Amino acid sequence: MIKKTDNLNKNKIISRRLFVLVAAKIGLLGIITSRLYNLQISEKQKYEVLSDKNRIREWKTPPQRGIITDYFNNVIADNQRVYQVHLSLEEVSNFNNSIFKLKNIISLKEDEIKKIFDKKEKSKAWDTLIISENLSWNEFSKLNLYLHELDGAKPVLSTSRYYPYSNDLVHVVGYVGDATTQDIQNKKKIEENFVPGLKVGKIGIENSKDTDLIGNHGTKIYEVNASGKKIREISYNKETQGENLRTTIDLEIQQLAQELLKNQAGSICVMDIYTGEVIAMASSPTYDPNKFTHGISTKDWNEIKNNRLRPLLNKSLAGLYSPGSTIKPLVALAALEYGIIDTKFKVNCKGHDHPYELYGERYHCWKKNGHGWMSMRNAIKQSCDIYFYEVARLLGVDKLSFIAKRYGLGSKVLDDFFSEEKKGIVPSTKWKKQVLEESWYLGETIITGIGQGYIQATPLQLCLMTAQLANGGFKIKPNLIYDKEIDLDIIKSKIESEKNKSVSQNILKDQEFKYYERLYRNSNNLKLVLDAMYGSTNEQFGTSFRSRHKEDKYMFAGKTGTSQVKRITDQDRELDLDLEEIEYKSRDHALFIAFAPYDKPRYSLSVLIEHGGSGSKAAAPLANKLIKKILDRHELREKIRKDLKNIA
Amino acid sequence: MILSTSLNSTNYSFIDKLKAVDYFLIIIVAIIGSMSVFSIYSTESGNFSFYTKNHLTRFLVFFSMFLVLSFVRISFWYRQAYFFYILGILLLLLVVFFGISSSGSKRWINLFIMNLQPSELMKIAVIVCFARYYHRTQSSDIQSYKYLLQPIILLLIPCYLVITQPDLGTAILIAGSGLAIIWLAGLNLKYFIYSGLILLVSLPFVISILKPYQKSRILTFFNPDRDPLGAGYQIIQSKIAIGSGGLLGKGFLQGTQSYLEFLPEKHTDFIFTLFSEEFGFVGSMVLILLYALLIFRIIRIGFSCRSFFAKLYCFGFASALFFYIFVNIAMVVGLLPIVGAPLPIMSYGGSSMLSIMFGLGIVMSCKIYSRDPIGN
Repeated sequence: MIKKTDNLNKNKIISRRLFVLVAAKIGLLGIITSRLYNLQISEKQKYEVLSDKNRIREWKTPPQRGIITDYFNNVIADNQRVYQVHLSLEEVSNFNNSIFKLKNIISLKEDEIKKIFDKKEKSKAWDTLIISENLSWNEFSKLNLYLHELDGAKPVLSTSRYYPYSNDLVHVVGYVGDATTQDIQNKKKIEENFVPGLKVGKIGIENSKDTDLIGNHGTKIYEVNASGKKIREISYNKETQGENLRTTIDLEIQQLAQELLKNQAGSICVMDIYTGEVIAMASSPTYDPNKFTHGISTKDWNEIKNNRLRPLLNKSLAGLYSPGSTIKPLVALAALEYGIIDTKFKVNCKGHDHPYELYGERYHCWKKNGHGWMSMRNAIKQSCDIYFYEVARLLGVDKLSFIAKRYGLGSKVLDDFFSEEKKGIVPSTKWKKQVLEESWYLGETIITGIGQGYIQATPLQLCLMTAQLANGGFKIKPNLIYDKEIDLDIIKSKIESEKNKSVSQNILKDQEFKYYERLYRNSNNLKLVLDAMYGSTNEQFGTSFRSRHKEDKYMFAGKTGTSQVKRITDQDRELDLDLEEIEYKSRDHALFIAFAPYDKPRYSLSVLIEHGGSGSKAAAPLANKLIKKILDRHELREKIRKDLKNIA
Repeated sequence: MILSTSLNSTNYSFIDKLKAVDYFLIIIVAIIGSMSVFSIYSTESGNFSFYTKNHLTRFLVFFSMFLVLSFVRISFWYRQAYFFYILGILLLLLVVFFGISSSGSKRWINLFIMNLQPSELMKIAVIVCFARYYHRTQSSDIQSYKYLLQPIILLLIPCYLVITQPDLGTAILIAGSGLAIIWLAGLNLKYFIYSGLILLVSLPFVISILKPYQKSRILTFFNPDRDPLGAGYQIIQSKIAIGSGGLLGKGFLQGTQSYLEFLPEKHTDFIFTLFSEEFGFVGSMVLILLYALLIFRIIRIGFSCRSFFAKLYCFGFASALFFYIFVNIAMVVGLLPIVGAPLPIMSYGGSSMLSIMFGLGIVMSCKIYSRDPIGN
């Protein structure tokens, strides 16, 4: 039985208790509201960022490299379409399984598979792995056929570097390969644009102009879900292709030079004596840069590395050789400039029976029977050693070094453009003290006079030296990439004004020169030297007489050189062996420098044949063919020059 | 003495009954129901497929059931109160022997048309049972140990059965509902304080018998960054979703956190998170306000009831409802550990919907038959 009064009592209690509960509920609702306010209003920004971080992911897309052309716009480094297979890791259920299946479809070698696994270790879960960069069409179509069985595998049409003139330009253009950790560290541009599979320049222009050539990577922003799967593309900031580069190289001349050097080790350099444009820079033997693009095979690499003619060495600028007799015009010029001798100064060359003697040491001329009484012009023309022993003795090595340096020896021709370029050596008493910590001997001066001994130069330096002699003695700025700032007309007018400038006594002191500044004291001295070089090629008894052009328009002037690899003993002199009878490694290097056309010089060149024997026999004949080609193409080159100037 | 229903039935004409219906409450339930359908629709990225279809069907079926149950006399519920309780316990025992397991816990029995979760029904059964119990207890007896022990045992049995499923969340909700009624019935405050102290003292022991995943959830609650990809993942992602919603939200179907599947359990326990991400602070407040109105309305009905049973039931159900809502929202905003408690009406889940609509049906019955003087 429940009493009415009790019910009333209970109703009173329940109302009170409910009141407490409702109050508690309002309190709790207040807590939830303030929490929501805190999350959604006060800290909204923080959570918005976190939410975007969750859902937005960036992928970089690789840029295309800029195209490299020669002066005439022939493409020498191109981008070629390639077939690739990529593996999108987020979509792969079983990596080992996928690789196994892929291995059966496209031919993957064991070491390639190992590389893929290494790469996978370093990748993030949503990265894309490049399994093969360069599939054959057969492999690619087979892959497409089996695609449904391969989760995450993506056939990709991509582009990669291609060098259409493979071997002919490798020493100029270089090659590309995968970016290493070091590449990424060294170059900011690579770091900024790094994308897996990015190719970077390893040597040559590809390397030195990497920053311009690489371009900028693109960015694809995707919305992804919790498992990392791409849901939709939010934005695509397209990648931009790298800058296209026009080099100063003339492909045809380069190819001819390379052809002339075929089966020999050597170098040919051609330069415009005013603009400093390197028109050809051939080095032999060469190799195929295309092999490096997708990683060279061990077999191919060993073949290149073990070739005794050293194809990897860019002989034009990293090969050091004694200049031999090609230094003689410079020695003569130095002696005249310093007024040590005059043009009438004569020395008697009496043959091997009566060599030049100094402090009991004997110095021979190359000509067994001697040249007889030699004046300067004749001594250069016939390359008499005895004459230059005496001139060098009178001149001294230090004065010679001053002149040699200002005409381009002893410093890099292309500055830091090529990391492998060598400076060479222009010896002086100070140099020997500093470097070898020994005193200079006069005997060393004597042999320096004929370009032997410590003195060492690269073929490109000799080419520059010839250019700066042939242009009338003005410093030029060698360059390999077309530069509209370097204008022929402006250079010529600068030179013209320099010519008429009165020159101070200081001109003969050791100093740095600015571009297009005059390097000589008296222009007559230079004229005499150049005229002697004319004689050397175009007059009887000249050392390169046999390589001359009879036609006026091809007429050139040159100087042969023979660079001794080892000291000639009396026994050698006695034997007087033919070239073929001497062991290859012991044969002399053949050198030749020249400029053309003689009456209005415009181009200089240097030819070097390693262990080719004498310069007149091995090197000068190549110059003959080369000069014809260079001069035949002169008009065309000038037309392009004008066109380029008009565009600018 | 219980009056016969036949005698009383003459007191209500059909028109009277229709007039007595609380239409406002029905409208609120309908609004929350529609919001829930749209939210589930959003969890499926705007596709009208499995979950949405199911949820819509369930809502319509159980909503109709709620309307029909409204017209069942309140005295019927009173009479069957203990039977419901026993039925609930039997179903829970059935789970122990024939239950279906899913992700490590055994909570459901297969009814062929749906999988029933008896623990959800138990939430209502406990309220009805306790309402009857205290209806019959004299106010002077309430404080006696005999009358105190009985409801505690009645509460411990289902809680134990549910905890061992294991389902800590639902067990807490059942316990909460029961305690709310005991409180409303007028049990002395000191008992609540004592038991609170005992709970505090025994907490280390309780923690030691918790399952490892439950322990980790509690530890994670105190420091979600402890294991951001594991146990802390849910709460971190939920907070990101709610926080990034901001004032007005990302917009309907624009909730990236749920659409991109960063949000776990988005249909069920985390439905509020999704709603809050898409509709922001304003939307959340509107939803909370609707719930508050619903509860306010139920309490109002309680006041209009003549019988103590109906009063106690309405107040008890309103408090329980609030408790469910609070636990769920507090959980997803990171104020409480993740224990697994659905948001009434909004969350996907048949049994939860069934029990809420069932409970609301009894509330409406209290309203319609408010003048019934039960047991007097």
